[in-house]
Amino acid sequence: MTSRATSGSRASHLTLLERLELVFVKIGVLPPLLLLAIIVFSQMSDNFLDIENFENVLRQNTFLIIVSLGQMIVLLTGGFDLSVGTGTALVSVVTATVMADSYNAGAGSVGFAIALGMVVGVLAGAGVGLFNGIGVSVFRVSPFIMTLGTSSIALGLALYMTSGVPVRGMPPKFADIFGFGEWAGLATPIWVTAAVVVIMTVVLNWTRLGRYFYAIGGNANAATLSGVTVRTNLTAAYVIAGALMGLSSVLLTARLETGEANIGVSLPLQSIAACVIGGVSLRGGIGRVSSAVLGALFIGLVQNGMNLARIQSYLQMIVLGGLLIIAVIADLIRQRSLSRLAAAGILG
Amino acid sequence: MTASGTSQRFPSNSAADGGLLLKLTEVTKRYPGVSALSNVSFDLRSGEVHVLFGENGAGKSTLISILSGAQRPTSGTMTFRGAEVEFSSVADAREFGISAVFQEFSLVPTMTVADNLLLGSEPLRGRLLNRRGLRSAAEDLLADLEFPIKANQVVGRLSRAQQQMVEIAKAFRSDLQVLILDEPTASLTETESGRLFELVEEARARGIGVVYITHRLGEVKRLADRVTVLRDGHYVGTLAREEATEDRLINLMTGRVIDQVFPDLTHNPGEIALRATGLTTRTRSAVDVSFEVRAGEIVGFAGLVGSGKGESARACFGAEPLLHGSVHLHGDEVTGSSPRRMLKSGMFYVPPDRKSDGLLLMRGVRENIALPSIRLAQFSKLTLMRRAAEKRITDEVAQRVELQPHSLERPVEQFSGGNQQKVLLARALVRDVDVFVFDEPTVGVDVGTRVAIYQLMADLCESGAAILMVSSDLPEILHLAHRAYVFHRGRIVEQLVAPNITEENVLRNFLDREVA
Repeated sequence: MTSRATSGSRASHLTLLERLELVFVKIGVLPPLLLLAIIVFSQMSDNFLDIENFENVLRQNTFLIIVSLGQMIVLLTGGFDLSVGTGTALVSVVTATVMADSYNAGAGSVGFAIALGMVVGVLAGAGVGLFNGIGVSVFRVSPFIMTLGTSSIALGLALYMTSGVPVRGMPPKFADIFGFGEWAGLATPIWVTAAVVVIMTVVLNWTRLGRYFYAIGGNANAATLSGVTVRTNLTAAYVIAGALMGLSSVLLTARLETGEANIGVSLPLQSIAACVIGGVSLRGGIGRVSSAVLGALFIGLVQNGMNLARIQSYLQMIVLGGLLIIAVIADLIRQRSLSRLAAAGILG
Repeated sequence: MTASGTSQRFPSNSAADGGLLLKLTEVTKRYPGVSALSNVSFDLRSGEVHVLFGENGAGKSTLISILSGAQRPTSGTMTFRGAEVEFSSVADAREFGISAVFQEFSLVPTMTVADNLLLGSEPLRGRLLNRRGLRSAAEDLLADLEFPIKANQVVGRLSRAQQQMVEIAKAFRSDLQVLILDEPTASLTETESGRLFELVEEARARGIGVVYITHRLGEVKRLADRVTVLRDGHYVGTLAREEATEDRLINLMTGRVIDQVFPDLTHNPGEIALRATGLTTRTRSAVDVSFEVRAGEIVGFAGLVGSGKGESARACFGAEPLLHGSVHLHGDEVTGSSPRRMLKSGMFYVPPDRKSDGLLLMRGVRENIALPSIRLAQFSKLTLMRRAAEKRITDEVAQRVELQPHSLERPVEQFSGGNQQKVLLARALVRDVDVFVFDEPTVGVDVGTRVAIYQLMADLCESGAAILMVSSDLPEILHLAHRAYVFHRGRIVEQLVAPNITEENVLRNFLDREVA
């Protein structure tokens, strides 16, 4: 691999291979993959490039985008969250139960029941995050074990609450507005997602909290010596990830019109894959809002393309797992190129 | 190899040429922006101990990493027993019988001594591990070297000295020709060091060539057949055993034109800014340490690595847990405050290891410089960042430290070591600080950056700041400090005031004389 290692500064006369390498280092893994996917699927299906289809992809992937944004924040701090899948199930069940009970008890208006269910749902998500955050930051459990354990707890709770039976009885208006509603020609979940994207952009780029996430993942020792209270801010990262997962689950519950304990299974893999493909570093400290959003959209496009091309869902799972691994390998190669090019003085 | 290959720079009698083991000619190693080694030549004969002597950053470590195959030279040639060689890995060099014992051990702490010793060349019976053979091979090796270690002990439970013995035994596993030791006594007790010296002498008697890195004069006297001195990556000279007097060595090691490196300093001590009384850290790395630093003076902490000087400074900043003692900042007790509170009270600590404790390597310069100060009103209001102001302020500071290239958004890891160090220091210039702690401020930087850093410290001092400088680099203490505390084995053993801070006075406490 390194046998061709260059030495000294020679930015002026690069070989074609080095130029390609430089481009790859600068743009990352996603653009080439995206281009490849678009070429392949537009060949396999006539509808793939339609505007309508694209809006479809956007709407179907709002859930993944929101969860991936939360996942990214945790990745930025150098951890990851495996509990976003069963957490989604737990929140769905909690939301549906609270909303249905409040609605059927007739205590307040329909609007009140909907609002209560949604707020409790998001708070339940944040609670799952708080549990993860305390484990990781106070007791220093590795994020892998902590969120894996939480994942089992959340699923157990969801199944225990419902015995596996879907929760019905929510006011139809909930689904009408948040599941199938439209505003100014776009589906409600798309508007909610847009709002989340804007808020997260502000948090990560324009607040101290965002800066602390990058600092903790970048170098926790340096952050402590710079006066950052790592414990609090690390917990906050998991709480935000949990709350976003909660919000996504509430929207998904509206779409499904029932509270389900068997949803979200593929979310941990998909959200991590979305972030990594989009360029979020698994070692922490690197990632942007656009990385998570575009990564999630890419996964959505691939799934959509495979659906249009009538590829079986089992085969789709194989493709997604493979994509995740390929993205990680490509990123490692990119890191190696980056340090080599920097050492050779080629990077400007 | 040709007869003319022996450079006349070496005081060698050409009759000994038959015993020549290793020879480096005009070796250069460049990193982005820095030359770690420039045209250094070095040779090693069998049955000799050749000491590499020099300050931190002189290029000793780079040289041995090339000898041991851990790094490749940018240019220059290496011959082994007269034939030109090129090592692409440590394993490659080991094939030739060249083994290095670095300060960082390459042992698996959860495995036993025997498993570690034969890792990678385990004896087999058929296709299965021959566990008994492995155990007895390891026991033979340890017995041969007379190491008092049991083969079935788990490495992680051994003392550092014992782990070092395992590491050395590992080097003896194969047919050893060249043994490279990198400051092997850095963390050993007197007795353990004594045992190590015997071992080195045994190795010499067996005809092995030993490359020995140290900056302790006592060890040079005890062990060296020849001494090669490096300074700032350059070859300074090679002395035979008889020529290697203390004076000569210190002169060669530090002998640059001092006036061009160190700025003139005025000394106007004011109020006591920082006072520590009876500090003992929880790890007992510092014991009963008391000192004070006044506004407008530079106080030096001298001592070897691991003498407790850095820990004492960290403890003041709240970065090292304390067992006893108190810290006062401008007369107010701040014992046990968090780094965050200490920053707020006007103290700033610049850590010695920029990679592990100082910088967010993958983030840009702007974010790194701003991080310790972003709670200040000029950087953020409530929680919102004021990015335009942030950019302006960090830009000014980057100019002040002469960052090269002046690129605020470039990830710190893409800068040279010297410029990374500038970013590290620049962080201290953004906020109002009246007590600075610089812990090893010039580790691994080139002379140009050194000069800039010293000038910066002088400016800060003249503008009335109190400066505490922790340094293993003797000239820094000699030329910058108005007062110096000398640390040895966790305690302050001497306090010196300006005209009396001399090499002799510091070194007297600083080096293990008992060794000689």
